[in-house]
Amino acid sequence: MKTGESDGLNQTPLDDAAIRREWRTGLISALLVLLLVFAAATRGGADIADPQTPQRLRGTGDLALVIERAKGSVQIVETSGNSRIAGVEGLGDLSHASAVFSRDQRYAFVFGRDGGLTKVDMLDQRIVARVVQSGNSIGGAISQDGSLVAVSNYEPGGVKVFKTDDLSLVADIPAEYGNGQRSKVIGLVDAPGHRFVFALWDAGEIWTLDFDASEKPVVTKYEDVGRQPYDALITPDGRYYIAGLFGEDGMALLDLWHPEKGVRRILPDYGRGNEKMPVYKMPHLEGWAIAGRYAFMPAIGSQEVLVIDMATWQEAGRIAVHGQPVFVMGRPDGRQVWVNFAFPNNDTIQVVDAEKLEVVKTFQPGKGVLHMEFEPRGEEVWISVRDLDELHVYDTATLERKAVLPADKPSGIFMTARASRIGL
Amino acid sequence: MKWLVQVISSLAVVTAVAGELPSEARQAELRYLLTQDCGSCHGLTLKGGLGPALTREALAGKPAAFLSWTIMNGRPGTAMPPWRGFVNDAEGEWLAQILLNGEVTQ
Repeated sequence: MKTGESDGLNQTPLDDAAIRREWRTGLISALLVLLLVFAAATRGGADIADPQTPQRLRGTGDLALVIERAKGSVQIVETSGNSRIAGVEGLGDLSHASAVFSRDQRYAFVFGRDGGLTKVDMLDQRIVARVVQSGNSIGGAISQDGSLVAVSNYEPGGVKVFKTDDLSLVADIPAEYGNGQRSKVIGLVDAPGHRFVFALWDAGEIWTLDFDASEKPVVTKYEDVGRQPYDALITPDGRYYIAGLFGEDGMALLDLWHPEKGVRRILPDYGRGNEKMPVYKMPHLEGWAIAGRYAFMPAIGSQEVLVIDMATWQEAGRIAVHGQPVFVMGRPDGRQVWVNFAFPNNDTIQVVDAEKLEVVKTFQPGKGVLHMEFEPRGEEVWISVRDLDELHVYDTATLERKAVLPADKPSGIFMTARASRIGL
Repeated sequence: MKWLVQVISSLAVVTAVAGELPSEARQAELRYLLTQDCGSCHGLTLKGGLGPALTREALAGKPAAFLSWTIMNGRPGTAMPPWRGFVNDAEGEWLAQILLNGEVTQ
């Protein structure tokens, strides 16, 4: 600046003019910089609409993936404001599809009916890898460390295991039994110690795959666990694997802390009984509700929710409900249990008070209520209503409906918080 | 094999009601039921799931009466439930026919 040359007292009018010019130049430069910054910011904003380029920073903890079963697409939604973010198409036949999440909660692995395994980027909202790994599959699981994803297949019966980063094949385990027949595989879950556990519908067996030592898994087979295991669950602590039996009464339990003790039968009265009640939709055992020492699970063939004492594995009670239960899901705090039903009662939801052991609310969201998913801390629950092509969000305390979102024949709803839970 | 005897004994009944077509509106309902609810075991595209595939190719050579009997009465020893009470005999026969003809989706 000029001030070093003039002491103020000697300032001439010419000097004043020079100073004013200087100020003007500075002001114009500053405005130009501002303009450039503004332009850059505007361009950045335009980029948000383009899924291929990096977006403004965002977490994934409040995201969910919704299966649109008939269209072969998924929706990505967010549960903080209950809104749709994007749709992703091209996932094949998604009837009975399910999903698991990478440990960083960025990627979803979607298991389709047609054997398709698709890796979806929840942030970029696009497919990043896809393989059609069998002719007919039913679900899958992600390993404890997140490095492997396993798929259970009906046709050809068995389990295939892939690397999560590029979906390259790591292991192919045919579910062979008897004279080389292959069984449909159901109830595939992850277990602590880099294990996967699953059951063989046709063979009546439970197998474990242990990946602890290397990429070549150690297979352990438990035979004669009961006829036609139709689904299974692992307790949230990863200790007990329990398969429901369709072909006879009872459930098969494997204590993964003591696999050497083998599979034992529990709940001899669990089942369809002597009359063999027809079942219009197989119940799902995953997501069963636990409150204190009691667990709640769907009866099979009867219109009841069973209450199980987990300390003794004995039946502690039965709650009469509106239809044959499909999902019996516990709110994360365990205080409420939400139940949906098989055809022809699939328009209804009932809420059971886990302390009083009674139904406290019955309501009809619409025909084809296929799935429910609680937000991670349980203040809201998302429900898919297939025949209305809608997702409903309810406040679980007031049971008031908070939001309705359009979705094409929605079925499963999967929130990213599943990433940090054993068996989901 | 008791169910097989029942199949044969019910053939006459099935034949008697054949020919009565469900109304247009009811046909749409039945197609929806077939895709969505039968689809929960047999797959949305009927290529199979826990239950066997019900595509035209998979059913080739199976008698219509056997299929409609199975729809109405279920299949003892398997997970297939009876649908009597939700569909009547004529509707069961019609469902068997569209499955055999591969005309489930229109």
